[in-house]
Amino acid sequence: MASDTTQQPPSPLRAFWVQFCENRGAVAGLIVLLFIIGLAVFADWVAPYSPIEQFRDFTKLPPFWVEGGNIHYLFGTDALGRDTLSRLIYGARISLFIGLTVMVVSIIAGILLGLLAASVGGLLDVAIMRIMDLILSVPGLVLAILIVAVLGPNLTNTIVAVTVVFLPRYVRLVRASALSELGKDYVIASKVAGAGPLRLMLVAVLPNCLAPLIVQAALGVSEAILEAAALGFLGLGAQPPIAEWGAMLADSREFIRSNPWIVTLPGLAILVTVISINLFGDGLRDALDPKLKRS
Amino acid sequence: MFAYLLRRLALTVPTFVALMFITFVAIRLVPGDPVEVRTGERGISPERLAQFRHELGLDQPVWKQFLDYATGLVHGDFGTSVVTNEKVLTEFLQLFPATLELAFFAMIFAILLGIPAGVVAALKRGSVYDQALMGLSLTGFSMPIFWWGLLLIMFVSERLGWTPVSGRIDLIKFYFEPVTGFMIVDAFLSDQAGAVKSAFHHLVLPMVVLGTQPLATLARMTRSSMLEVLGEDYVRTAHAKGLSPFRVVGLHALRNALIPVVTIIGLQIGGLMAGAVLTETIFSWPGVGKWLIESIGRRDYPALQGGILLISSVVIFVNLTVDALYGFINPRIRHGQ
Repeated sequence: MASDTTQQPPSPLRAFWVQFCENRGAVAGLIVLLFIIGLAVFADWVAPYSPIEQFRDFTKLPPFWVEGGNIHYLFGTDALGRDTLSRLIYGARISLFIGLTVMVVSIIAGILLGLLAASVGGLLDVAIMRIMDLILSVPGLVLAILIVAVLGPNLTNTIVAVTVVFLPRYVRLVRASALSELGKDYVIASKVAGAGPLRLMLVAVLPNCLAPLIVQAALGVSEAILEAAALGFLGLGAQPPIAEWGAMLADSREFIRSNPWIVTLPGLAILVTVISINLFGDGLRDALDPKLKRS
Repeated sequence: MFAYLLRRLALTVPTFVALMFITFVAIRLVPGDPVEVRTGERGISPERLAQFRHELGLDQPVWKQFLDYATGLVHGDFGTSVVTNEKVLTEFLQLFPATLELAFFAMIFAILLGIPAGVVAALKRGSVYDQALMGLSLTGFSMPIFWWGLLLIMFVSERLGWTPVSGRIDLIKFYFEPVTGFMIVDAFLSDQAGAVKSAFHHLVLPMVVLGTQPLATLARMTRSSMLEVLGEDYVRTAHAKGLSPFRVVGLHALRNALIPVVTIIGLQIGGLMAGAVLTETIFSWPGVGKWLIESIGRRDYPALQGGILLISSVVIFVNLTVDALYGFINPRIRHGQ
């Protein structure tokens, strides 16, 4: 009975969740983000039409609440008569797919290269880090443009280009935190206990480097989405008729005077998605990594 | 200090060589024959083709081509555009002042608004002002700037008719030889009535668009740096001495809070060059960013290769300068290295 007075410490997951919920912005971001993810996953059921179906009798319609709008096309149609709402919903799928793929690939590559550099050291370390410095010395979008210009503009190469641009920050992060962990007692203990280098890095060191990595990953998704949309806008990303938000904006440029709606909506979709991911990422940072907490 | 700078300078040499190598290899990987681009689709005689290949050095082995390219670079020859037949360096230098002007004013815009915004947010921490400013900063940080540019054109240029949609100055009314390459300064020097106003009207929207992301970042960074400094003992001492709050914040706190902010400003330069590509494309601003995108469209690979190399060199050089400046402001770095 006496044990009732001593409180059980909350489980790490629960502690994290309580911390996370303290930040109202982060919760709002998470809700909006889940909504967008839902739209992207269930696009086939949610979207009223196919994103590439052309209704030639209903081109350049404004949204239904504006005069001249049509209730059948809630957010209006583009110059080819494609339903804007459907294209936006399928566009969420493309953008989130790009963002997540870039994040997963660059995290895995970043962990491998970062741990390799930290554990092997020497010439390999220098070589890896110099290559990363090299990538960092070229402005991100310019490097992505070079890569896409060489490989050819399409969705896959967009992902490749953006991944290369974002790789250095993961490698540097993993290497830096692994190096600071390597000198600690528990790692030495593990070494003394006979752990091999692979076990040492993956089982002992890596889990302790994860918190900043997760934070970086969340914020990296939003930047990847922005970067990919910029490539799409320049005509170097996903090619028509794929409903990609950046490419939709580029298509709509000539109607900026006559049909402002076609220009407004895709950009708004990008902005809302990126803001919600950033809010969520800020919340993650505050909850996971109190050291990094701003203010 | 001097040794530190020399070491930093020496470290950029391998970076530059590797950059040279990568752009060289990358451009060779591009599908399509550069000779075909130059001669067009219609067939030409094999002799002419061979002559072209010889002129472009394409009949040499690849290692020889790279060596020639590297030798050329050392002598300031960044190749020749296959479309305009102009030297890439000449074209770049003609267009670069426009980009520089845009980036310079964008940064000034970001600094003039961002640092005060960050200071206010830090001083009024947790208040409505703080929340509003940080909300705006988050929005600016998340903004797809190409859309932001289109929105501003839509409202400010099209609806309100306040600013022109593209270009650097009204070319029908004003013409003068470039002196500094900065249109505003040249317009001022030209003594033509209304020229400065016209140049400014053309500059203001691109400046806002390009400056938005640095502005948001600076506001955030200034705020957190300021919050850190405001908690320090010397600030409390300054308060206790009875200094006016203005003096404490302006003199004691801000000066120290700005040290990390200077690095952030330096780190923004690469982002500014990337943003310039988008901004110049939207506003038809005749700078190197727009030129780069157009050279892709025209399959002008020497221009693309030289352009990327030159832009990266500018960024590397600026980062080096920022490092030096930083060592100058913050002696701890200088001696720590």
